[in-house]
Amino acid sequence: MSDRIAIKGIRDGLLITVTDAGEWPATAKEVITRLDEKADFFKGARLTLEVGARAIPAAELGRLRDAFSERGVSLTTVLSESALTTSAAQALGLKVAVAAPPPPAVQAQLEAEVDPEEVREDAVLVRRTLRSGRSVRHAGHVVVLGDVNPGAEIEAGGDIVVWGRLRGVAHAGAGGDEAAVVCALDLAPTQLRIARFIATSPARKGTPQPEMARVKDGHIVAERWSPKR
Amino acid sequence: MGGKVLTVTSGKGGVGKTTTTANLAVALAATGDKVVCLDADIGLRNLDVVMGLENRIVYDLVDIVEGRARLRQAMIKDKRLPELYLIPAAQTRDKAAVSPTDMIKLCNELRNEVDWILVDSPAGIERGFRNAVAPADQVLIVTNPEVSAVRDADRIVGLLEAEEKGPGHLIINRLKPEMVKRGDMLSTEDVLDILAIPLIGVVPEDEGILVSSNRGAPAAMDERSRAGQAFRDVARRLKGEDVPFPSLDDNKSFFQRLAARFTRAS
Repeated sequence: MSDRIAIKGIRDGLLITVTDAGEWPATAKEVITRLDEKADFFKGARLTLEVGARAIPAAELGRLRDAFSERGVSLTTVLSESALTTSAAQALGLKVAVAAPPPPAVQAQLEAEVDPEEVREDAVLVRRTLRSGRSVRHAGHVVVLGDVNPGAEIEAGGDIVVWGRLRGVAHAGAGGDEAAVVCALDLAPTQLRIARFIATSPARKGTPQPEMARVKDGHIVAERWSPKR
Repeated sequence: MGGKVLTVTSGKGGVGKTTTTANLAVALAATGDKVVCLDADIGLRNLDVVMGLENRIVYDLVDIVEGRARLRQAMIKDKRLPELYLIPAAQTRDKAAVSPTDMIKLCNELRNEVDWILVDSPAGIERGFRNAVAPADQVLIVTNPEVSAVRDADRIVGLLEAEEKGPGHLIINRLKPEMVKRGDMLSTEDVLDILAIPLIGVVPEDEGILVSSNRGAPAAMDERSRAGQAFRDVARRLKGEDVPFPSLDDNKSFFQRLAARFTRAS
């Protein structure tokens, strides 16, 4: 495997840096090969391509973009010092600069202060609505700020917290942890699973209330969350 | 930049993408704008049939892309409206005959010629969908007030967000007010509750649509058609006008509606 094509994660998705100076069609082919080697990893990814001073005509760039697109990868940005490449990218409606990073947040200077029992806890925060066809899979906890629509799925090794409406499928404690819980402001999942237990939502009655579901005596039960506890 | 590319898509088939494309094209062209419709459903074309232009096809989209025809040659002029054109899909090829890049290039050329480019997307989320969406400045998502169509529309909204094509605007097609009132059909609010994207049109169920599609004369040409009126309203909203959504209660008389308005206000 050559290091003339480097791939790393950036804030906007993935960055592919091509430092190879060979013939473009061959290089493009190699980039595609690298994608195909880890097709599952790249699927759905948003890509930034950095090509240095190399001049790539629009037709070539278009072809590469279509090849990416066929693999479920969307090319969003092309970074280059070449005017030809930059204008080709613009003609294709691609961005030619990475969005400036946000001003350093205050949080960056915060020193970690976490009790030892929480240190091993690991969570992802999803700050948008998960629409049909989307899935989030994570070994730790999953927190969603938004809705989980019907047709979307969450699978978490730990707990699932939805600050919104949970109407898709949620599986907490997917690794077998029966103490995992699922909470939502409106708990109305298509199907709810905790560890090896499965439940469906009863028909809705009245206005939605924040609820928490857990395993109790071999069944999944949902209880209204009340501040007095 | 010039013309604006509008892509009409839905995910699910049979919800009225082609009907919507044809009617919006007619409604926009009737305001004097220059409009071209582009059928991106290669292999299963039918925009030409709905627009009544099938017998005039010589060249198609694939002929342009593969260089057998110039853009102007493949643009079929509608005889009823002076500024309405159609570029038909090829019937004997498949979606792979065209790439997203081809579509972007073609639409960029068309931008210099016309005010609106309406792209009729095929059903599904595969190559044909990506072809149709790639050139879009704005995407219109057509859905019906039923759970499966809304589910697919939700998937489309998610894909558009990932492609940075914005959330798109929603057209709810084939709404039956009396069924909504009985609680047997999703209401506009129910649909918006799930999709949470801006609404640009609500089109009532109208048997006349089927008749006009078979005749090849889109309902928006008919001043008396209720569905046609809804499409004309969408066209005006697309042009930036603030058109209120009319109440779809057709059983009430004008005076009943007026009375209802007063009771609501007081």
